[in-house]
Amino acid sequence: MTTNALRRNGSKGQAGDKVFSGAALGAGILILATLLAVAIFLFIQALPTFTADPTLITGGEGFASYIFPIVIGTVIAAAIALLIATPVGIAVALFISHYAPRRLAAGLGYVIDLLAAIPSVIYGAWGYLVLAPALVPTFQWLAANLGFIPIFAGPASQTGKTILTAGIVLAVMVLPIITSLSREIFLQTPKLHEEAALALGATRWEMITMSVLPFARPGIVSAVMLGLGRALGETMAVALVLSTGGLIPSLIKSGNQTIAAEIALNFPEAFGLRLAELIAAGLVLFVITLVVNLIARAIIARHKEFSGAN
Amino acid sequence: MSKRIDVKDLNVYYSKFLAVEDVNIEIEAKSVTAFIGPSGCGKSTFLRTLNRMHEVIPGGRVEGEVLLDGDNLYEPGVDPVTVRSQIGMVFQRPNPFPTMSIKDNVLAGVKLNGKKISRSDADSLVEKSLRGANLWNEVKDRLDKPGSGLSGGQQQRLCIARTIAVKPQVILMDEPCSALDPISTLAIEDLINELKSEFTVVIVTHNMQQAARVSDKTAFFNIAGTGKPGKLIEYADTATIFSNPSVKATEDYVSGRFG
Ligand SMILES: Nc1ncnc2c1ncn2[C@@H]1O[C@H](COP(=O)(O)OP(=O)(O)OP(=O)(O)O)[C@@H](O)[C@H]1O
Ligand SMILES: [Mg+2]
Repeated sequence: MTTNALRRNGSKGQAGDKVFSGAALGAGILILATLLAVAIFLFIQALPTFTADPTLITGGEGFASYIFPIVIGTVIAAAIALLIATPVGIAVALFISHYAPRRLAAGLGYVIDLLAAIPSVIYGAWGYLVLAPALVPTFQWLAANLGFIPIFAGPASQTGKTILTAGIVLAVMVLPIITSLSREIFLQTPKLHEEAALALGATRWEMITMSVLPFARPGIVSAVMLGLGRALGETMAVALVLSTGGLIPSLIKSGNQTIAAEIALNFPEAFGLRLAELIAAGLVLFVITLVVNLIARAIIARHKEFSGAN
Repeated sequence: MSKRIDVKDLNVYYSKFLAVEDVNIEIEAKSVTAFIGPSGCGKSTFLRTLNRMHEVIPGGRVEGEVLLDGDNLYEPGVDPVTVRSQIGMVFQRPNPFPTMSIKDNVLAGVKLNGKKISRSDADSLVEKSLRGANLWNEVKDRLDKPGSGLSGGQQQRLCIARTIAVKPQVILMDEPCSALDPISTLAIEDLINELKSEFTVVIVTHNMQQAARVSDKTAFFNIAGTGKPGKLIEYADTATIFSNPSVKATEDYVSGRFG
């Protein structure tokens, strides 16, 4: 008697809904499972490193002293890359989205997207053949005039193959990622908010700081994080451009090493404990990436109340 | 603190498309003028030419003159930024800055162009503007909360507060109540009545009673057909437009016999 005519009765649309939500859930689980599988694989393979006699580890003083310098090297290279690429990328993206005439903007956007698709070995070759030699005079000038600052301490590298060069090459590589994502987000700024600023008598730049940038903030953080991912994990370009060595504060001498390049350079000949060591290094890189991403999420979440999503 | 507007032979284009043709109108200082007319006749388009917001749209351009107390807004060398700081605008959909607090929203226009304002001046301006927009009592305890957390009607009054905080000569409003309930609408109509003691107000509305209630003069715009430009058909005292218009189309429109 109590059949409710409003109760659902298995129409086609409903089935589609179920299939889609199932597929979305499945895809979500798959991603998490993959991440977990990678973490477990890295951990198991790396395990011997943590249990082995410290004297057997490369450097002879245990894993921590082996990994520490290259963690710092990785962070330095990535930091240089982001310090350069973030402001430049945002500026270029703003130029394309809010300043350039429409034709030019379309062309520029296209070129930037193309840049993102260039394989890293090409950037590496360019860094090795063109950029490194070209930077030598600058490095010498820095050593001569700003050498009292530890990061510019001389004598400067004669080949230009330094961590600063590697950082610059990485900056060029992540620039298109940051630019292209930021531009997409800048273009999505609601016209309503842009006009609100303009109607109050804002200049174009004020309109950008009042409407566009606040709206784009979380997106910019994501763009930078993706760029950082590429900078942290880059092997070829760094391996080609950096002449490696121990940890030193000077950015314009040969020296320093990044985790990704360390793994790539040594992996082919590695076996046994050395292999486990490199995989442990990979695990550390994985953790660094995760931590950085969590921090970025936290930054975004802290401003949720003012995000405009409510 | 308020100026008159005289429009002479104004044509408004979107690229090649002539959207509004040959408007001549004189808007008195310290008065409320309503623009009415069917959808698509170019009321919003025309309104936006009065503070140079029209040219923000790609392809938007005008021919003719708009004079603010005799100064042509469209003379070469006139900075639209200056124009807009003197002729404020309230939009159809409330648009407070979502990332700013209520207080910062009110001060947004005041702090523009590198202007500095002391903390106590800022506080009293915030209070004065919010009182002016009949919003103070509702928000005085949460000035640091985001503006987007207010109701639609409150957001619209916040936008009005933000506009009057910069002390413009003229305030343009494009259907400011169309997204609001009758009570918020009445609140805003009362507000418009108060605003005219200080500002020149121009309001676009689809609501005839509203036009009749708030305005001193009414301009009726019409369009001959799709693709044709909108024109100013009749402009007179509101009472005249609603009781004794001289053009047949106006009479048809205000009496609801349009179409
Ligand atoms: N961004 C635009 N680009 C091109 N044409 C536009 C644009 N905005 C409006 N138009 C055209 O200009 C004409 C006038 O539009 P407008 O929005 O000014 O009308 P309106 O009188 O405000 O209508 P409504 O009462 O529905 O708001 C219409 O023909 C419309 O299609
Ligand atoms: Mg309109």
